[in-house]
Amino acid sequence: MNPAKVLKNGILDDNPTFVQVIGMCPTLAVTTSAINGIGMGLSTTAVLICSNFVISLIRKFVPDQIRIPAFIVVIASFVTIVQMILKAFVPSLDKSLGLFIPLIVVNCIILARAEAFASKNNPLLSIFDGIGMGLGFTVALTAIGIVREFLGNGTVFGFGADLFEFLPKTLIMILAPGAFFTLAFLMIIINIIRKPKSK
Amino acid sequence: MNLLVIFFAAIFVNNFVLSKFLGICPFLGVSKKVETAAGMSLAVTFVMAMASAATYLVYNFILVKFNIPYLYNIAFILIIASLVQFIEMFIKKSSPTLYQALGVYLPLITTNCAVLGVTVSNMQDNYNFIESIVNGVGAALGFGLAIILFAGIRERIERNNILSAVKGFPIALISAGLMSIAFLGFSGLL
Repeated sequence: MNPAKVLKNGILDDNPTFVQVIGMCPTLAVTTSAINGIGMGLSTTAVLICSNFVISLIRKFVPDQIRIPAFIVVIASFVTIVQMILKAFVPSLDKSLGLFIPLIVVNCIILARAEAFASKNNPLLSIFDGIGMGLGFTVALTAIGIVREFLGNGTVFGFGADLFEFLPKTLIMILAPGAFFTLAFLMIIINIIRKPKSK
Repeated sequence: MNLLVIFFAAIFVNNFVLSKFLGICPFLGVSKKVETAAGMSLAVTFVMAMASAATYLVYNFILVKFNIPYLYNIAFILIIASLVQFIEMFIKKSSPTLYQALGVYLPLITTNCAVLGVTVSNMQDNYNFIESIVNGVGAALGFGLAIILFAGIRERIERNNILSAVKGFPIALISAGLMSIAFLGFSGLL
């Protein structure tokens, strides 16, 4: 297994959101705009890279029975660090992501990668796995964010309010139901594209 | 009165699953049968009430007292993990039948973001001890309501003939979206 393959695996073949369908809570909750999607994706990526690295370093010393609590403490520490950095440098993002920053701790993606990858592979590969999975997650969140922001607010990354003024604004896309619908339709499109390859 | 408002707001208006998006993983994962959904929501209610009480005490009497409230995240997740472990051992000893029924779902609750979510939002909203527990129980009942209704819908979907590209998660997400629209109707209630 080489780093490039691990990277590609995270972004495309094993995309955490569209293929593995894990880490759904932040995916649905914070994607009301593309910027929020990128912010959440990158914060999670940062935590994932650091936690994968540290867990891979300590994987030989941690007894098997208590590995889950040990991993969770490592993850929670990095989440606290990321939360403090966001609060200090990008307070607006911290405000709009709100509750979901502390909740990165219980994002299934991070614990799943710790358990399935970092606890079995060397630190270098684990870092690349963190980057790949994190970017796969970021891409998915940004895609959902773009669709919802465009349909619900008529903008893309906050721009183009004048350009798309003629479009009707579908408020429901920014509210809770829109998140379910957008993810469902993106998944259907991906299923249709992937079908011919699998046959 | 205030307690009633918190209780019903947590169940209907701010439904954890359908309007706050907390606990989506078990919502999609263990909602294929009504019985398992009911078992899951029972276990979650138990853990959420206990966790709301325990985190309130730890936050106010340990973290605030020693001036380290910024460590709340690490403290809360450890409390929840050990609570789940403790409850698992307790149920195993006291009621083996309930343990059999809940078995698989108990360890999963640690990573249910609804539990950590309710403890963090109790802290952020400055709820007192009683309010925290009421909010915890209300949120858990809201979770249970959503997951059991959803399981009923999914049991029927299973028997229908659906396009292969839409089968599985996409159709489940679309039904969840429709349920979420129905729950939007409660938003003017309080």
